[in-house]
Amino acid sequence: MLLSKIIEELMWGMGTSIEIFLLTLLFSIPLGLVVAAGRMSSFKPLQWFMKAYISIMRGTPLMLQLIVVFFGPYYIFGMTLSREFRMIAVIIAFTINYAAYFAEIFRGGIESIPNGQYEAAQVLGYNRLETFFIIILPQVIKIVLPSITNEVITLVKDTSLSFVLAIPEMFTVAKQIAAAEASISALLIAGGFYYVFNAFVAFVMERFEKRLDYYDT
Amino acid sequence: MSLLEVKNLKKSFGDNVVLKDISFNVEKGEVLSIIGPSGSGKSTLLRCITDLESEDSGEINFDGTFGLVFQNFNLFPHHSVMKNIANAPIRVQKRNKDEVYAHARYLLKKMGLEDKEDFYPSELSGGQQQRVSIARALCMNPDILFFDEPTSALDPELTGEILQVIKDLAAENMTMVIVTHEMNFARNVSDKIIFMDGGVIVEQGAPEEVFSSDNKRMKEFLGKFYE
Repeated sequence: MLLSKIIEELMWGMGTSIEIFLLTLLFSIPLGLVVAAGRMSSFKPLQWFMKAYISIMRGTPLMLQLIVVFFGPYYIFGMTLSREFRMIAVIIAFTINYAAYFAEIFRGGIESIPNGQYEAAQVLGYNRLETFFIIILPQVIKIVLPSITNEVITLVKDTSLSFVLAIPEMFTVAKQIAAAEASISALLIAGGFYYVFNAFVAFVMERFEKRLDYYDT
Repeated sequence: MSLLEVKNLKKSFGDNVVLKDISFNVEKGEVLSIIGPSGSGKSTLLRCITDLESEDSGEINFDGTFGLVFQNFNLFPHHSVMKNIANAPIRVQKRNKDEVYAHARYLLKKMGLEDKEDFYPSELSGGQQQRVSIARALCMNPDILFFDEPTSALDPELTGEILQVIKDLAAENMTMVIVTHEMNFARNVSDKIIFMDGGVIVEQGAPEEVFSSDNKRMKEFLGKFYE
């Protein structure tokens, strides 16, 4: 296969990788906030549920979670899912997995805000929602951003795990080409693409961090 | 009727009884200082009145707005000085933006911080931060201003500038309740002093009465300051 052809196919695969990446971020960050809120709730059953959820998500392989989300409905309920469902299964598995990690990052950030900030907000008459969104969350974002960057970079590489469901993302494509050609070159090129993708992610996240540099705590 | 009435206030944390039957009044325009050793319940009393703690029993009668100045300022680090002061009046009190900004600038000028409105709290000294927090409290147009050890986090030089601000407010007949360890200041600025110990009010009255009290506990406490 021509090098240009390999690159073209990998680029197509990368489109799918980016799709998984963006959709996962879009859903897992808000879900992470909700999970963090539940984890910190004073309602014990909710707190235990979230603790168990986070523990399972962090304690088992993401690859296994991908398989369970896609094949689970068949083995448990006898439902046959169409092949089109594979992509949805991937997004669901990635989202619930990453939400668990994000939740713990958010929880750490929220708990590091001194109580005096809540008290000052209360005395000034801010309600609970205003206190969270105007006073607490902006400070939490600054604190958690370096940890979020780590997760986001890991996510770029983890998208390659969706090969277990034969999603035609970049790694799946690279593996197929490598097998057909009996050459490692497609895999190495894919590695280069992941690297460039992540260099870009790191650049963007650094810009975000710089934008929040205008104050110190 | 008094502006603030506290009647038979009681508060415990678990088995620890912090406030045992506290009663006192604050009149409009009055400056009340609450003094006493650490752990006597002064700050808890202030926190009950300002709703940061809930009392176990008793009554707090107060109808109006209040401001609270904290020991550690508790400014919002991600908001500029102006936003720290103006945001709550605009968002919470729904006041006109221009009016609030003008009010905030007037207060900053009064605090000697007219050139600091675009600064962030971390760029200011402790004394300046505390003056911003006083301006923040005043911008809400409070009927009473509470101070919880406003100088305890400051070195002696900066303490003086905060005490001067409070004195100026007293001269304008601002109603204030001040928890403090600054005995000379309390004696000079207050209309009334409450001495607390072990969760009870041991003495209350005009400064001269309280400071010349024959009460053994009061004398012991003051002795430590005037040795």
